[in-house]
Formats: sequence, C-alpha cells, structure tokens
Amino acid sequence: MTEKPAEKTALSITALLGVLAALLFLTGLSIALAHFYTGPLRVAAALSIAAVKTGLVLIFFMHLRQAGKAVALSFLATVVTLAVFIGLTFADTLYR
Amino acid sequence: MHANTDNEGSRLGMWLFLYTEIMLFGGLFVLYAVYYNRYPGEFSAAGRELELAKGALNTGLLLLSSFTAAASIETLRKGAKRAALGLLGSTVLLGLVFLFNKYLEWSHKFAHDIFPGSDTLLKGPKGETVFYGLYFTLTGLHALHVFLGCAVLSACWVLVLKGRVTGERMNLLENTGLYWHLVDIVWIFLFPLFYLIL
Amino acid sequence: MDRTLSFFETPSSPGQKGARAWLLTTDHKRIGLMYLWVVLFWFFLGACLGLLLRTQLMSVNHLLLSAQTYNAAFTLHGVIMIFLFVIPAIPAILGNFLVPLQIGANDVFFPRLNLLSWYLYVAGGLLAMVALFTKGAPDTGWTFYVPFSVATQTGVTLSVFAVFVLGLSSMLTGLNFITTVHRLRAKGLGWLQLPLFTWSVYATAWVQLLATPIIAVTLLLIIVERLFNVGLFDPAKGGDPLMYQHLFWMYSHPAVYIMILPAMGIISEIFPVFSRKSIFGYKAIVAATMGIAILGSLVWAHHMFVSGISDMAVLVFSFLTFLVAVPSAVKVFNWVSTMYRGSIYMAPPFFFALCFVFLFTLGGLTGLVQGAAGPNVHIHDTHFIVGHFHFVMFGGTGFAFLAGLHFWWPKLFGRLYDFKKAYAGAVLLTAGFVMHYFPMFILGLKGMPRRYYTYLPEFWPLNFFEGIGAYIMMSGLALLFFNLLRSFRGPRLAADDPWGATTLEWRTSSPPPLENFATEPEVDAYPYDFSALARKAKAAVKI
Repeated sequence: MTEKPAEKTALSITALLGVLAALLFLTGLSIALAHFYTGPLRVAAALSIAAVKTGLVLIFFMHLRQAGKAVALSFLATVVTLAVFIGLTFADTLYR
Repeated sequence: MHANTDNEGSRLGMWLFLYTEIMLFGGLFVLYAVYYNRYPGEFSAAGRELELAKGALNTGLLLLSSFTAAASIETLRKGAKRAALGLLGSTVLLGLVFLFNKYLEWSHKFAHDIFPGSDTLLKGPKGETVFYGLYFTLTGLHALHVFLGCAVLSACWVLVLKGRVTGERMNLLENTGLYWHLVDIVWIFLFPLFYLIL
Repeated sequence: MDRTLSFFETPSSPGQKGARAWLLTTDHKRIGLMYLWVVLFWFFLGACLGLLLRTQLMSVNHLLLSAQTYNAAFTLHGVIMIFLFVIPAIPAILGNFLVPLQIGANDVFFPRLNLLSWYLYVAGGLLAMVALFTKGAPDTGWTFYVPFSVATQTGVTLSVFAVFVLGLSSMLTGLNFITTVHRLRAKGLGWLQLPLFTWSVYATAWVQLLATPIIAVTLLLIIVERLFNVGLFDPAKGGDPLMYQHLFWMYSHPAVYIMILPAMGIISEIFPVFSRKSIFGYKAIVAATMGIAILGSLVWAHHMFVSGISDMAVLVFSFLTFLVAVPSAVKVFNWVSTMYRGSIYMAPPFFFALCFVFLFTLGGLTGLVQGAAGPNVHIHDTHFIVGHFHFVMFGGTGFAFLAGLHFWWPKLFGRLYDFKKAYAGAVLLTAGFVMHYFPMFILGLKGMPRRYYTYLPEFWPLNFFEGIGAYIMMSGLALLFFNLLRSFRGPRLAADDPWGATTLEWRTSSPPPLENFATEPEVDAYPYDFSALARKAKAAVKI
C-alpha cells in the first residue's frame, strides 16, 4: 500500500500561519468575552469558542478529513461517548 | 498488507491511542462538569484568582507550538531538513517554556498557601477547595503529557537529524505531531474552564 | 510428504533460540500462549483464594481467618480474578492466537505493541504481588470505594497502580485488534463475512479502548488522594464520594461486557460446527454484539441504586439495564435455534457450550432481578449479587473459556485430549458449580450479606452445602486441566480440522506455521457454509 500523494494532505506554510492567526484571534475573543459578557450563556460561549479552535486544529493541523472514514467516525463516536457519560451522570447529580 | 508500509493503518492506530487520551482527561472533565454545576459561584470567584496573563500566554505558546509542529512536517515533506529541524526544535522549546510558566504559576499559588491540604483552602469555601483540586489535578496531568510530548518530539528531532525520519518515511513524526496537537486541544479546553470562568 | 514446520519450530526472528525465542517474540501465536500460562497461574491463585473464603464460610464458629484477613482475601480474590483472569483471558489468549488466523492475516497490525501488552500484563501482576508483601494486602474489596480506600493503611496505592498498568495492557490490546481487523483482512473478506468470534473481539476492543482510560484516571485519583489529600471525593472538602462510584463503574460495568462478549463469540463459533449448520441469524448476532457493547456502556449506575443517587437516575439506569438484556437474549435464542434441524455431533466443546447457555441464562435472568430498582433495595450487597456475577462471569465467561480451550486446543498444540475425562471434568464442574452458587440466591433473598467473614447461624446449612459444591467444582477443574495437559504426552494430530469447521483458522495446519498460511487462503462467500460438508456426507452414504 503506497503512501497518499503528498498534495492530498500538504498545506503551505502560509496557510498554516493563517490557521494560527485564527486560533490566536479566537483566544483573544474568548478572553474579551469573559470580561464583558456576564450573561447566563458565558460558559457555553467560552466552550463553543474552544470547540471552534479544536475544529481548526483537527482539520488543518491534524488532517482529520484525510485520515479515512474509520477515523472520522470513531473520533465522533469517542466524543459522543464522553458527552453521554457526562450527560448520564447529570441524570443523578442534577436531580439530587 | 504488512504493517510497515500501511500508513493509513499506522495513522488509525495513532488516532485510537488519542481516543484513550481523550477518555483519560474525559474522566476529569466529568468531575469538573458535576462540580461546576454544584458550585458555580465559588468556581467563578476562584477563577478570578488565577493569573489570566500566564494562562493566556500558555495558550499562545501551545497554539504556536502546534503551528511549528505542523510546519515542521510540511517542510520535511518538501525536503527542507534544516527548516524542519528548526521548527521541530522550536516546538520542544515552546513546550518547555510552557512547563516553566506552569511551574511559576504553581509556585505562586503555593507561596500564597494554596495547595491541596493547605490551611487557606481548608478554611475557605468548599467550592474553592474543589476548584483548586481540579485545577492542580488537571493541569498537573496535562503538564505530564506536555513533558512526555517534549521527550518524544526530541527523539523525533534526533531521528530527523540522523536521516532516519525523512520526507518519504515520516510516519513517526506525523504520529508524534498528532499527539502534540491533542495535548494542545486539551489545553484549549482547560484554559476557558479555569481562567475564563469569571 | 514434507510436513510444514509449525510456529513452535520457527521463531519470529531467525536465530532466536530458547527462552529468547519466546520472550522476544513478535508472533501473535507465541504471545497468545505466553498469556495462557500466566493467566492460568493467576486463575489458580485466585481460585485458591476463593476456596479459602468458602472453606471459612463452611463454619460459623471455627474461623480459619480473622475478619481483617478475610477482607484481604476477598479483595485479592476479586482483583486477581477480574483484572488478571476474566478480563484478559479470552481476548489476550484466544483473541491473539485466532483473530489473525480467522481473517487470513499473518499477524496482528502492531506485533511489537502486542509483546509490550504482554509485558505490561506480567508487570501488573508482579506489582500486585509486591503490594502484597510490602504494605499488606488491601482490604477494601476490588471496588476500592472511597473513603475507606483513601484512609486504610494497607497497600492500596501499589495495588491500584498495578491495576492501572494492567489497564494499559488491555487498552493497547484493544487498539491492536481494532487496527488489525480494519487493515489486515484477507482479500475478499468483507465485514459481514467475518467470523463471529472476530466480531466479538472487535466489539470488545472498542470497549477496552474507550472505557479503560476512565478507570485509569480514577485509580490515579485514588493515588493522588492518598498522597496529597486533594479532597475531590471528600465531603469535608466539597467533594462527593458518589462521584468516585460513578467514575469507577463507568469502566467496571463495561468491563463485564469485555468479559462476556468474547465468550459469546466462542459460543457462536461452536454451535454451528456441532450442529453442522449455519448459525441462525448471523446479522442479528453482529447487531446484538455491537448493541451490547454500546448499551452496556450506559448502565453503570445500576450498581449504585441504594447509594444515594437521585430517583431520576435510578429510573433512567434501571430502564437502560432492562434494554441491554434484549440483545443478550437474542443471542441465546439464536444459538438454540442453530441446533434446530441441525445434525448434532457431541464433543466436549459443545458440552461446555450447552452448559454455558444454561448457566449464562440463569445469570442473566438474575441480573434482571437486580436491575429492577425495587428488588435491588433488598438484595444489594447480599449473596444474591455474588451468585449472579459468578453465574455470568464463571458460568458464562469461565465455561466459554473452557469451551474455547477445548475447541481450539488441537489448533494451538496439534494435540487432542481424552474426551471421556473432559466430559467427567465438565460434569463435576457443572454439578459443583450449581451446588455452590445457586444457594447464594436463596441466602441473598434471606438477607445474608456479602463480604462478611461470618454469618447468622440460620444460614449455616446452605453455606455448608455450598462448600461441598466448591470442592466438587475444584475437583472438576483439576481433572479438566490435568486432561488438557496430559494431551502433550499423546500423539500428534495429523488433521488440520478435527471438527469439520468452516472458518479460516481450520484451513491451515494444526499448529499453524509461523506465517499462518502456506498460501493465501480462499475466502468463502459466507463463514458458516456447511454445504460442502453436507455434500461429502451425502456422497459417503451413497443413497
């Protein structure tokens, strides 16, 4: 089985720098948000930004989309598993 | 058919290992979720006591290190060995600076009598004790992974230098890169959970 | 005719000799056998501990063991049996040996990682022994509940670290099997052509991979608590002891599916062969296997119904527990249906498989009794629970393991054991087993608690009766293992396939050569196609 052609997963250094810039910008945004937005959705907002940053790292640094169907599906399954574990635990702790 | 030439299989194996790391930290995230729900006010108060500047700097360092790790792979793929070595070396350095920063943060807390079992915590509100319990455990476990990542990246650096890892045979480097990015992702979540719950 | 050299005669790296040919091997078959010997050692130790416990319980007044020693004994019995025997046995021994053969590959995907898993398994066991002799055996039960596990002065830290190391071994084995099944299937072998044993090991591997890290971090937290008193489970510091239980069972319940899924896979292989008929409902069994793996990961708090969790949680987890019984029942129906209109051929593996169905069904049904919240209040922490889990873990996985050993023994060693002794041992074992474990349901309902070093005098007759059953059971086990080991003195088997099976591992010599297959095996359209065998039989009869 030969390796995939380099073009499939390669990104130029400029593109990678662009991703870094986006990540740093989002970090700044989350810090600003934490200082200026005190509403009930602040935790959700902070975690959503974290999720977007994670998505950027997964797609552009870790090449998740080119890793094959098995990886994409199982990555989703893992995250869902963790979410379910947290959720079912709340079936207890939220209703004590 | 055999493992040595099946890169997709090798990549699958590495991702599977990353899932175990996600679940490992996941157990602690379960604890965080439950306890934050129980002590939201005290978590916010304690969060404000953390040094946001150091946390933000650490976030920046790791994001930058993810960039250098990814870039080192791209440059090596194109055959630019010296650039790759420079970028890879920078990744390790950034990781070490992260660890040093963490050491400063922890020392600062210890100096202010904030550590597991300290009087300040014992006398303070329970939610605060839990917050710091989670803080030290999670950032401690994360720091251990940063350290291990630096060690493996350094080993990769040596192998690239010796020509054992090249643009054509870079499975080890790519897999190590994946590990490093995961360590970055964990911090991407730890940062808001501890420093931005204000 | 030249006999192909078997893997016993060919080390995985040319030039390796003696002990190094085993300790440095990367051959999945040798690694499987190395697991076999170490696992059997731990099983023997765990069984002796069990016998010690039950001997104590044969008397109310003449106590062999003090309360403290008794507590240590049941803790060790549990830790050894669960982490060193039942969880690893089938995947690490039979999974390692057979999965590559069943998919037509010549090894697992990461052979050196496989060897590392074995060393981690051995190290975990050794660490547990060190814990024993340095700080004294832990007395917390294998569940290590806080706050006692944090407070007790016995060797909890090392023991728990040993389990951590064993967990690492298990996780890496799971990783290896998943990658192997995804990447090394023979040409033409699609997912819905995989033998059911491989399917079961694959599903198990996912549970091993995703659930084990949870207990890994939980055990680390125990160590951190003991060393630094962080307080994450300590109410005085804002912690919640129930969170320990949640995290502990989040792994340990899926762990029982790690134990039973490969066992069910073995049974799914045996029924078709000895009914000379394709398995009934192949796809349903595949779906049920994955269903059990998934649903079984959602029911953990049914171990905590009386611990103080919310009523909502009791409702949710009880409901989910009832759901997980469905795919298990589907499998039982399918195994039995396989026999219908089949051509039954009795041999020791089949006898074990039939006993499995009976014992596992009883175990499963009593699990439903426990899963119902109301009855649970009465029987939690009584011997009812002890009876239930021994029926499923021993009557289930244990018997399936024996079935698998007796089925694949000729493939592993090129030898066949004495059938009569095998039947005798199996009958003694089964009779002793039922005598020993069934009364526990009665005692539990009457209120006899578990993990107590003595009991009320009214419970004495059944406890004494159980003790006799224990010794009968042990004599059965002794006979079975003596019989298997004695086969090494007997003649070498010539046949690749002494049973008339259809899966790929039977298309190569017994034992197989190093590379598993001399020529690339031809894959059938369907793994349980007995039509060729039926044609041969018809031709022989000459109607």
